[in-house]
Amino acid sequence: MGKFSRLGNDLYTGKKSVDFVARRYVWYAASGVIILLAVAGLYFKGLNMGIEFVGGAQYKVTLAGSSVGQDQADAVRQAVAGTGVDGASAPVVTTSGSNSVIIQTKSLSTAENQKVVDAILQTLDAKPSQMQQEQIGASWGKDVAKRSLTGLIVFLILVVLFIWAYFREWKMSVAAIVALAHDMIITVGVYALSGFEVSPATVTGLLTILGFSLYDTVVVFDKVRENTKNLRASHRTYREAANLAVNQTLVRSINTSIVALIPVGAILYVGAVQLGSGSMKDLALALFVGMAAGAYSSIFIATPLLAHMKEKEAANKALEKRLATRRRHEADRYAAVPVFTEDMPVRDADDDLDDEDEHAGHEVTATTTPQRPVPTGRGRVVPQAQRPVEESPASRRTQPTRQPRSKRGKK
Amino acid sequence: MARRTARPQRTLAIFFLGILVMYGLVALAGSWKPALGLDLEGGTRIRLTAVGDGVTSENLKEAAGIIDQRVNGSGVSEAEVTTEGNQYVVVEIPGKSRRDLVETVERQAQLRFRVVAQSGVGTATPTAPASPTGSSTAEPTPSVSPGGGVLLPSDSPSATKTPKTKPSSSASGSTGNNRPGFLLDGKKTKSADPSGTASPTDGASPSSSPTDGATATPTDGATDGAGGTPDINDPLTWMDNPDAKSVAAYNAFSCDNGANTISKNVDPETGKTTEGDNPKLPLLACDDQGQKFLLSVSMVEGTDLDNASAGIPQNQLNWVVNLDFNGHGSDEFAKISQALYGTQKLFAIVLDGKVLSAPTMNGIITNGQAEISGNFNQASAQSLALSLRYGSLPIAFDKDVSVETIGPSLAGDQLKWGLIGGAIGLGAVMIYCLFYYRGLGLVVLASLLVAASITYALVLLLDKAANFTLTLPGIAGLIVAIGITADSFIVYFERIRDEMRDGKSMRVAVEAGWKRARNTCLAADAVSLLAAVVLYIFAAGVVRGFAFALGISTVIDLVVFFWFTHPMVSWLARHPFFNRGHKLSGLDAEALGVDRINIAPVTAGGKA
Repeated sequence: MGKFSRLGNDLYTGKKSVDFVARRYVWYAASGVIILLAVAGLYFKGLNMGIEFVGGAQYKVTLAGSSVGQDQADAVRQAVAGTGVDGASAPVVTTSGSNSVIIQTKSLSTAENQKVVDAILQTLDAKPSQMQQEQIGASWGKDVAKRSLTGLIVFLILVVLFIWAYFREWKMSVAAIVALAHDMIITVGVYALSGFEVSPATVTGLLTILGFSLYDTVVVFDKVRENTKNLRASHRTYREAANLAVNQTLVRSINTSIVALIPVGAILYVGAVQLGSGSMKDLALALFVGMAAGAYSSIFIATPLLAHMKEKEAANKALEKRLATRRRHEADRYAAVPVFTEDMPVRDADDDLDDEDEHAGHEVTATTTPQRPVPTGRGRVVPQAQRPVEESPASRRTQPTRQPRSKRGKK
Repeated sequence: MARRTARPQRTLAIFFLGILVMYGLVALAGSWKPALGLDLEGGTRIRLTAVGDGVTSENLKEAAGIIDQRVNGSGVSEAEVTTEGNQYVVVEIPGKSRRDLVETVERQAQLRFRVVAQSGVGTATPTAPASPTGSSTAEPTPSVSPGGGVLLPSDSPSATKTPKTKPSSSASGSTGNNRPGFLLDGKKTKSADPSGTASPTDGASPSSSPTDGATATPTDGATDGAGGTPDINDPLTWMDNPDAKSVAAYNAFSCDNGANTISKNVDPETGKTTEGDNPKLPLLACDDQGQKFLLSVSMVEGTDLDNASAGIPQNQLNWVVNLDFNGHGSDEFAKISQALYGTQKLFAIVLDGKVLSAPTMNGIITNGQAEISGNFNQASAQSLALSLRYGSLPIAFDKDVSVETIGPSLAGDQLKWGLIGGAIGLGAVMIYCLFYYRGLGLVVLASLLVAASITYALVLLLDKAANFTLTLPGIAGLIVAIGITADSFIVYFERIRDEMRDGKSMRVAVEAGWKRARNTCLAADAVSLLAAVVLYIFAAGVVRGFAFALGISTVIDLVVFFWFTHPMVSWLARHPFFNRGHKLSGLDAEALGVDRINIAPVTAGGKA
């Protein structure tokens, strides 16, 4: 706790700093490998689309006389899932009316079909004549997907415009979208590689990640903008200012990630340990990975990428050069002092180590006057305190204040 | 200064009052348990059987798509629509008894506008040709009287006050019938007649010159219709002079089954009639009151509608369905209204082969806005508007629909464990916040609890208002929202700490940090809101439900952040426990990671 806070303070003041931006190629490479894996998984294994997207088979068993309860539906679900048939690993089982059960699976081959039928009939103790089979279509037809996709594209365009308008910087839009694509590809890759069934719940999960990723990126960029607002005054290059911003928001990013991931982790735990299978676990895993990727990409992808693009700007390049010269000069202030010879002028007119505009604020003189006054314990210079100043006994009472004449009688 | 210090408490008081009001509304609504979705509680399953030929898997899918939009169009209930076999469409809707939706779902909603050539009592008249509409000799049968359907009796008092009253209403002396009327919205038309009391002849003559001569012709046309060979594809002349074969078919037609009589198409070449509603052929159809109509080919189609909505027009009592035509529909409609305005001729609004109403034209309508009035109540008007809005179904369905209750599709313990997972998550978040932020953690805790209670109340209220139901993914989404909500507080607290590290005192830092954190949170939440709004407008089904939930949780986040967390922290900042940096306040030197806090600024020379 104390150490973490101390780290927070050091990160804030810049005393301690992790150079996220400089090591960008490491992050790019790491993300590239992961994305490559995800794309490979997508390409070779493909996504396991659920019944809602591809349709499938439906079995309806009507039991004469006896009534059907939720227990029987649960039993059938387990039995069908237990057959080991690929397409029937996540059947949808509902009671229908008071005496029938509806089981939906993906399209099955004849042999698989027989297996599933046997399992159902055995569990429900029914005769084959009581069962009806039908092909069912997708409830998430093409046009539903198309409409959602239209919405998504419109949203992305608006987000680009929004970020551009808010930060006045189109490069931030680009960086945010790249980070978003990074998170989405990784999450989809998890689905492809793990073979989880993609259901409408997955779609909502992906959209949650989309929202979270952008949200997180905007929070980090807000700090970047604040730090880079007045680069010349702060004597920092864009890269350093961006890096400081990331470091300053690091504690916040860690806390947010922990707080956001704890609930998802709890669902994941419950889903995996208590429920075994089910859409909940899949959804929680996707969310967990996606949100972690979202937090990661804001720091490791979006900001370095932004700095990368901004550094290439002419103004920032010039600034960087100027600062480099300045720092080199400040490292050894006397390096440029020429050895005295008889006929040497007092100051060389061409001795222009510094940039033109630096002269005004920062006079370079070859004198021995130290930059800071040495505390002598006299005059107006405050000596270093030996220990914290103790509270004056009057500190809790309101003390009379003396104000200059011009301020008196005004509020 | 005094004003300023009073503020946080006042804001907090108003905020809690708001929550109380919300729960008061919930108590009025009367249900304390949220409605659960299909996966958790089951619902109603409606199975529609497609009838007629030409049912292919393509148009079955298309029909399923349109039905999906209809059932999900009015709210976010996350109903599911699938096709089954080659002739069934299955609709699953959360809620145990949703029989009321059957009509909305199965209505084919083929809306067509045709002009009326002949109308009369719905019995077969094999001998004499029926008297055509336009003639005044038809007076003995009040139901055919021209213009009768224009206004309902209850409308007429108010109508005289508005400029949309038209001359023809007084022309029809026999408005005594109570046939479902039709009223065209003349409010925005250029030619709305200002004088509601104008005599029929005065009012009609100036503007109706092109059709003036035609009013006399129907009688002739009907009797010796065989003389000319009218083109059925020119309905405006055909209606005055229908061909003999159609008239013969009309005479033979009868509305035996009242409103349920199946409409018939007439083939003008052969005079044969076939059941159906083909837009390219003249139509024989009946209305509610058992009157029969001979109608022209379709002039405006329901596909030309831009929008349809239900509402009560000003100064009126009855529900109507407002129609809004697109460019092509408006043009056609303007053509019809120009031809018919000022005459006693009728046109008919035909829905799925049934004449909804057959009014005269009240004004020349060029802006494509019209309204259907009739025997609507709120439910039927909204249902019709909903069906019309998403277009007509390419196929017809059997009237006999199977409706049954279905159970949840997820195992019974999923909900329980989902909630337990959420509780564990929430607890862990709270413990972490308490550990890390100490005293301020209490603020996080309180904020999260407040946010949770608002969310719960909203879920209950939206269940009533928009059929919002909680599905398992929805619950997962709300749990995820905990993290995003807590992030606002984290951003804020970190800002406060940063300001204090810069040497500001707690009370100053709270306000300075607020200004910066507020902007950050507004920008970040704007992105979330943007996502919610755009996806809600464009997407359908589950995604729409998700967008809705995202929007709610983002708004709640902002509301709590602005009106609870900030006033709370400002208020706490006035207590010495916090502003003097007590060890447990979370704002002591150790928590900030600095050696000491500047409680008073160091002045040159130290303290006196």
